[in-house]
Amino acid sequence: MDMSFSPEELAFREEVRAFIADNYPKDLANRRTRGEMSKEDILTWHRILYKKGWVVPHWPVEYGGTGWTITQRFIWNEENARAETQALLPFGLSMVGPVIFNYGNEEQKKRFLPGILSADDWWCQGYSEPGAGSDLASLKTRAVLDGDHYVVNGHKIWTTLAQYADWMFCLVRTDNNVKAQEGISFLLIDMKTPGITVRPIITMDGAHEVNEVFLEDVRVPVANRIGEENKGWTYAKFLLGNERSGIAGVARSKKAIERLKSIATAELMDGQPLIKTDEFARKVAELEIDLSALEVTELRTLAAESKGKGPGPEASILKIKGTEIQQRITELAVEAVGNYGSVEVPTGEMAGNDFIAGPAYSNGAAQNYFNMRKTSIYGGSNEIQHNIIAKMVLGL
Amino acid sequence: MDFSFTEEQTLLRNSVQGLLAAKYDFDTRRKIVKSADGMSKAVWAQFAEMGLLAAPFSEEQGGFGGGAIETMIVMEEMGRNLVVEPYVETVVLAGGFLREGASKEQQAAHIPGIVDGSAIWAFAYAEPQGRYNLADLVTTAKKDGAGYTLNGYKAVVLGAPWAQKLIVTARTSGGQRDRDGISVFIVDKSAAGVSTRDYPTVDGRRASEITFENVKLGADALIGTEGKGLPLVEKITDQAIAALSAEAVGCMGELNKATVEYCKTRKQFGVPIGKFQVLQHRMVDMFMAYEQSVSMTYMVNLKLEENEAERIKAAAGAKVQIGKAGRYVGQQAVQLHGGMGMTDELNVGHYFKRLTMIDTQFGNVDHQLKRYSTAA
Repeated sequence: MDMSFSPEELAFREEVRAFIADNYPKDLANRRTRGEMSKEDILTWHRILYKKGWVVPHWPVEYGGTGWTITQRFIWNEENARAETQALLPFGLSMVGPVIFNYGNEEQKKRFLPGILSADDWWCQGYSEPGAGSDLASLKTRAVLDGDHYVVNGHKIWTTLAQYADWMFCLVRTDNNVKAQEGISFLLIDMKTPGITVRPIITMDGAHEVNEVFLEDVRVPVANRIGEENKGWTYAKFLLGNERSGIAGVARSKKAIERLKSIATAELMDGQPLIKTDEFARKVAELEIDLSALEVTELRTLAAESKGKGPGPEASILKIKGTEIQQRITELAVEAVGNYGSVEVPTGEMAGNDFIAGPAYSNGAAQNYFNMRKTSIYGGSNEIQHNIIAKMVLGL
Repeated sequence: MDFSFTEEQTLLRNSVQGLLAAKYDFDTRRKIVKSADGMSKAVWAQFAEMGLLAAPFSEEQGGFGGGAIETMIVMEEMGRNLVVEPYVETVVLAGGFLREGASKEQQAAHIPGIVDGSAIWAFAYAEPQGRYNLADLVTTAKKDGAGYTLNGYKAVVLGAPWAQKLIVTARTSGGQRDRDGISVFIVDKSAAGVSTRDYPTVDGRRASEITFENVKLGADALIGTEGKGLPLVEKITDQAIAALSAEAVGCMGELNKATVEYCKTRKQFGVPIGKFQVLQHRMVDMFMAYEQSVSMTYMVNLKLEENEAERIKAAAGAKVQIGKAGRYVGQQAVQLHGGMGMTDELNVGHYFKRLTMIDTQFGNVDHQLKRYSTAA
């Protein structure tokens, strides 16, 4: 048992650290804290890494992966978090990409993987429906075969950044007469197809991240179906497994705790830095200890994975604990900023045009806290993750 | 021992409920929040017409002689409807300073404007370095002839964009955090040297950052005794805490009702999600958090006139309870509503945001725990 990095791994860390320092655009960080990211801003870091060949370290080399070990990938993620780089969108790189190279045919790989790698295609996830959230398999969007096309009718919801998407990977029902899980197919849908309407959903923090997507007689070539008809649930589950394993967010949380501590150092209570008070110091310490435990738990999962054991149901621990910690950090940030937690940072069209009261570190603290409540709801709610552990791990 | 309301109190609740049901549904509130003003002058005029703005003043002062329980009833209904208009700032806080600290002349000059709805007030007390410590002041008022010259900066003054008048705390003597040397002043927002920057708050209200630069105040601006203002400030802010507790109870009550209703109708895996035991227990915990908050709210409102130590314990205790319960109920209401709970469209997130901000007003859980444990 050994938790330290080898000299080679340390050298690798120096290399990637230097690369990020030299190549990450400085102005991007400023625009992000002020909520002024454009569509192109969101893709800038992706495009830089694509040019370097580092955009999908977790993919097999034959499809564009870097061939890094799991530890190297871990270091890469840590260094990105440390530098607070813009997180890469998961929809193509971590979700549909691996589904395509695992289950797609050669034609589909040739057609779709290059656009995912280059970010020329923006993907979104057509999973949830108004009546199918935690119970995803109950989805009702219908696809009916008509010659060499499916005709799709239905209503997807919580579709993240669909307003920018070129393509949507979509779960549809192709057989109503079997068990719910056995009548689902996995389609790739061009968002420019007639019959698709995207309607924004504004969340309580004022952000426009998610959408509703209405599909009305949308014609999708059968050639855009992944794998076999009615086997979509298998691919969907594979994708959700990947989604869970990336969700712990340890490195980003470490950085967020650092930020929290710097807020609590600047904020005063009776003339003393807040971080020096027993109550607050103790809360931060508890948070750091929870995160250390999660970090080692994640490393154990990664170590098992490098020995060929895929992320099992234990990955649900990472989702539950990871999101609890992320939420707790934002909760403590609201506590730390005190009265200035009330200040609303204008969003959408108003962004960047208004006076924002209070020190810069307090800006958006409350909205961030409100926004992060989504993490225990999305990607399979934390209640569902508890069910998975109860059933699959404990055998209850 | 009697926790029931009098007939008059029940009538008061019914009339506030009737008014808000008719004039303050969630869509109307949304329009008010998004409007340029950010509050409704028409609604405020109706509060005046109904006598709500006069409620806590004595009959000689032009009011109805209501007490803390009447304010509690009004505030609970305001909470249920997420009313953004500055009732606490104008009636509870400014009204409190005028009732309990001001001279007869000051009362005669200022209370009628509150009662008839023509004057809105805000309370400028917090400073960036001071956090929740009411005595941590660097704003100064220096003796200047018969009056004073005011200099300083006040942070997050809730309701100030709507106000014509301000209650301002300032140091007339002593060191930055001394309990002695604090004075309370009435300041016209339009006075020379007062400048404001207005902005929206995350819970749909408005606030200002206010700078005072050589603002000239007359002798009649001082409320109470020079340098002895802190006990009055603590007393009145405890009254505001009692009112905010009632508002929080209103918010939590609505959230619990909506959550139980949603879990009875939302089906997943072929059954209403309310059939899942883990969610049932969660809602029971939300219910208990609410009931404990109701109890602490009654308690603080009944103890506002007790001796200082008792009052502080009651107010700090209530604030801790509603801070913890508000966070739990708010977070779980969002969680149990799933994605819908995250939306701006549903009122659930708005109650959650308001409850979050109530916790930071006049000191969050940590601050009040400390205050409780050090109360004599």
